[in-house]
Amino acid sequence: MTLLEVANLSVSFGATPAVRGAELTLMPGERVAVVGESGSGKSTLAHAVMGLLPGSGRVTGGTIRLRGEDVVRAPEKRLRQLRGRAVGLVPQDPMTNLNPVTRVGRQVAETLLAHGLAGRREAPGRAVELLAQAGLPEPGRRARQYPHELSGGQRQRVLIAIGLACRPDLLIADEPTSALDVTVQQQILDHLDGLTRELGTALLLITHDLGLAADRADRVVVMSRGAVVETGPARQVLGSPRHEYTRRLVAAAPSLGATVRERTPGPGAAPGAARPPAAAARPPAAAAGPLLAVEHVTKEYRLRGGARFRAVDDVSFTVGHGRTTAFVGESGSGKTTTARMVLGLLEPTGGTVRLDGAPVSGAATARGPARRAARRAMQPVFQDPYASLDPMFTVERLIAEPLTVFGVGDRDERRARVARLLDQVALPADVARRYPNELSGGQRQRVAIARALALEPRLVVCDEPVSALDVLVQDQILRLLRSLQDELGIGYLFISHDLAVVRALAHDVVVMRAGRVVERGPVDAVLGAPSDPYTRQLLAAVPGAGLTHRP
Amino acid sequence: MARHLLHRLWQSALTLVLASIVVFAGIRALPGDPATAMAGEEADPATIQAVRARLGLDQPLPVQYLKFAGRALTGDLGVSTRTGTPVGELIRATLPVTVQLAVYAMAVAVLAGTTAGVLAAVFRGRWPEWAANALSLTALSVPTFWLGILAVLYLSVHLGWFPASGYVSPFDHPVRGLYYLTLPALILGLTHSAVLQRQTRASMTGTLSADFVRTARAKGLGGTAVVFRYGLRNSLIVVVTVVGLQLGGLIGGAVVTERIFTLPGIGKLTLDSVFTRDYPVVQAVVLVITASYIVINLLVDVLYTVIDPRIRVSGRSR
Repeated sequence: MTLLEVANLSVSFGATPAVRGAELTLMPGERVAVVGESGSGKSTLAHAVMGLLPGSGRVTGGTIRLRGEDVVRAPEKRLRQLRGRAVGLVPQDPMTNLNPVTRVGRQVAETLLAHGLAGRREAPGRAVELLAQAGLPEPGRRARQYPHELSGGQRQRVLIAIGLACRPDLLIADEPTSALDVTVQQQILDHLDGLTRELGTALLLITHDLGLAADRADRVVVMSRGAVVETGPARQVLGSPRHEYTRRLVAAAPSLGATVRERTPGPGAAPGAARPPAAAARPPAAAAGPLLAVEHVTKEYRLRGGARFRAVDDVSFTVGHGRTTAFVGESGSGKTTTARMVLGLLEPTGGTVRLDGAPVSGAATARGPARRAARRAMQPVFQDPYASLDPMFTVERLIAEPLTVFGVGDRDERRARVARLLDQVALPADVARRYPNELSGGQRQRVAIARALALEPRLVVCDEPVSALDVLVQDQILRLLRSLQDELGIGYLFISHDLAVVRALAHDVVVMRAGRVVERGPVDAVLGAPSDPYTRQLLAAVPGAGLTHRP
Repeated sequence: MARHLLHRLWQSALTLVLASIVVFAGIRALPGDPATAMAGEEADPATIQAVRARLGLDQPLPVQYLKFAGRALTGDLGVSTRTGTPVGELIRATLPVTVQLAVYAMAVAVLAGTTAGVLAAVFRGRWPEWAANALSLTALSVPTFWLGILAVLYLSVHLGWFPASGYVSPFDHPVRGLYYLTLPALILGLTHSAVLQRQTRASMTGTLSADFVRTARAKGLGGTAVVFRYGLRNSLIVVVTVVGLQLGGLIGGAVVTERIFTLPGIGKLTLDSVFTRDYPVVQAVVLVITASYIVINLLVDVLYTVIDPRIRVSGRSR
């Protein structure tokens, strides 16, 4: 008997349709991945199955049947019995999905209590067992802690314990690991895999990551603009996609097997996106030395009780003129701290940072006008284009702001410069009068790049610039960064946790772990034949290894 | 935690000293002179001078302050220049009235304000929200004294449900004491509930759309558990902050409310002693009010750490 049957389902938020005529079936114990970009309706579909549509969301047509029972027309009281008991949920962001003021053991126990599966007495003990099954170390002690005392991976294990507490027939995992580091992601997914197989739970995996879908699901459902465009066995759909949208998605996905220069450009890609070797022919001003030289930089923090913590420990690397050095590592490895020291936003405890030979930080001369000049020559692009642009500023004001700060040109000249910058990042001129909230994520990141370019910097520090973006947009932004580098000869310090993205863009790579450099060198050498065990571990954890040898 | 508390206590002491200096200098900057007030407008300069000497007002200001501060530290707040009663006694007689009214009114405000706020957040966009918003806007817009006069006219004089004025100590007659304070507490409580309603609603609305609330519903938890255990618990910081500010305001604002309801509290004492330039009493009263502000804020700080475990940690690491 079918476990879940979604037929011709339509969901709208107010007058805006989010899901249009979606079809989905799931047999008991089956694992199905729903893939698509943000806004494709995949999460809305999942929420509709649980009867948890937010705000003005309403099912406007079609049916959802769970073991034959109509979920759409079920009263709230019945839905409450089904949620948690018949359908479990593992949500996306472990940082925001646990009640911050309640101990985690209790948050697991209350699921059991809500469904009468344990009494007040035995529930705490059962919760500890469930946490242990979810792979949480020291479950007895952890159960008495609050969410903020646990790491992201540990919190996700708590959420898995909650999702599986009542042994549901179906577990919906909505991007369960996209907020976690790649090695943690692999551990969590392996554990989730094992646990659901053992219990015979069917898995509905919502993800934007094609590699992950290929690794973890039997079947893949591809959604675009609220509709299911393709469905079939995972390897078949992702290996030889039939639908135009799936083909674009697969082509845009950065993978370890192929780099942008090797790949055939997808439809809509700029011709000549492949890197011309002419990049080296540009005349760099101070070609003698590297653009950025970081030497033995250390950052220490004093902890309470006199102990010291080394966030960054004796890190050295260079960025060449017109070249890209990528910084790879997991959260807490010191990538961002190093970037902040490079930008002069944080004073190193030891070591020096030099830009074209002039000290930026770590030296007495690196203050006042020298630092101001250095700041002008280095510009940042941040991860989250939703948070890094002031919502009260127009795009024109945002891009012109650095020009105003450094007193470049008069009003008219600045306006003309903004128009040229918008053109450079391939945004239409009328965007200048709009506000950030009127733009898509990709457009906002283009604005952030235009702002970074306004002062004609020699170095742009990109801190995870594409990790908040969908795969198709991510591909476009990477191409833009690359063509800007070829055109303007900018050096990039590119921070990323995504090795596939690094492979697509960088010339050199620095692998960091716990504040130290474990390996560095040209991208092909380091990622092709890693010498450090940690680099090998990182590479092995990247999902979608099976996709790299696609025909 | 203990360190954090010690630090706060030290800050509080410093605040109290600064406040005492400001009060001491402030009252002497006012026009008028207690010696003249005591001796009478017609008295000859020699008599006034003698009174000044007796009160110690002929000494330099810093000396006067140090003497006052030294005595205050031993609990001696001096003697009223107007009546000759020890200031400590005056405060003991009047402070309980004010505190009772403030606490009673705040209880009304918390009950009405959080209930209306929670209802408005849970039934967002439906009639309970509109009703709660309309009521709170009314309560915010109508001046307390006008509402007080209307209530006295209608509920006391016309219907005879409550006494129009007067005070009975609840220590002597618990029930009658509460009864006498009910009308003022209701009026004050309802006007103060408006701000509380708005803050609770705003905070709850945010909390109820949080990810962890959706996770709670995905567990199959019922509406009440989600609203109270998840929603209200996470919104309590805001409630406690507002209650703390308002309670301080009620004690500091007693001058006005006690005038409306003719209650023999610290507000009335303040007013009377300012008019007669009764320096020791004014100084002591303002110090007491300042101290109560400080104590309330300290309690609010401690409550934060009880409500939110994350604050406990940051307090410890500081």
